[in-house]
Amino acid sequence: MNLRRDVFQAIAEPTRRAILLLVASQAMTAGAIAANFDTARPTVSKHLQILTECELLEQKQNGREIYYNINAKKMKEVADFIEPFRQMWDERFNKLESIMKNYKPKK
Amino acid sequence: MELKTKINAEDGKQDLVITREFDLPLELLFRAYAEPELIEQWMGTKVLKLEAKKYGGWQFETKDPKGNVALQASGVIHEFSPNQKITRTFEMANTPFGVQLEITEFEKLTDETSKVSMHVIYESVEQRDQVLKLPFAQGINWAHNRLEEVVSKLK
Repeated sequence: MNLRRDVFQAIAEPTRRAILLLVASQAMTAGAIAANFDTARPTVSKHLQILTECELLEQKQNGREIYYNINAKKMKEVADFIEPFRQMWDERFNKLESIMKNYKPKK
Repeated sequence: MELKTKINAEDGKQDLVITREFDLPLELLFRAYAEPELIEQWMGTKVLKLEAKKYGGWQFETKDPKGNVALQASGVIHEFSPNQKITRTFEMANTPFGVQLEITEFEKLTDETSKVSMHVIYESVEQRDQVLKLPFAQGINWAHNRLEEVVSKLK
């Protein structure tokens, strides 16, 4: 479960989230990813390294180029971590809302 | 579709923020937090004690569908400002999760809508993450079933 913490650290950073969004639609090389950011290239490389280490990104060799792919399975795992907790509160609040609507003065 | 209930839980921090906007006037939203019989309905818990004032204590008890006590929670109220803010401690009995501090703020958006924002601070990052994982173990359907029960009675 230790990986989880690293994963959350990874997605807590705005640039890394932006990278994940970018790569979600198509596999890209580091250069193509970096071209989307004003950040210095080595900084983007560092982000890619962290995302790859956390298994949120996968590398694929294509000829001389390395392409970055999103790891959908891992992404889902991360999203699922907080989701049940969020849903639990969402259910409670939905309930609160529907109950309290009955107390609204009739118009 | 945008999610109505949002959780902001940054990694490596020992707190989280839950926010939710309601199609309810502020006063009605607050009543749901202030009146035991209303709390019992939406939280699906029994309110054993609720002294809604500074230095007041509160105690809730939840039973599973078979009638066994599933969860007991209690704490002390530090601030109870109607339609504005409730600050309280929260501790679940017989669990290793420690005491959490809950600062719940209420906000009017329009005459017909309002917002609640709940800032929860845990003793440690580990305890927060443990609590976040809880619904996995307990199963969230339990709350959902209660909802249907309550709503069907209101008709």
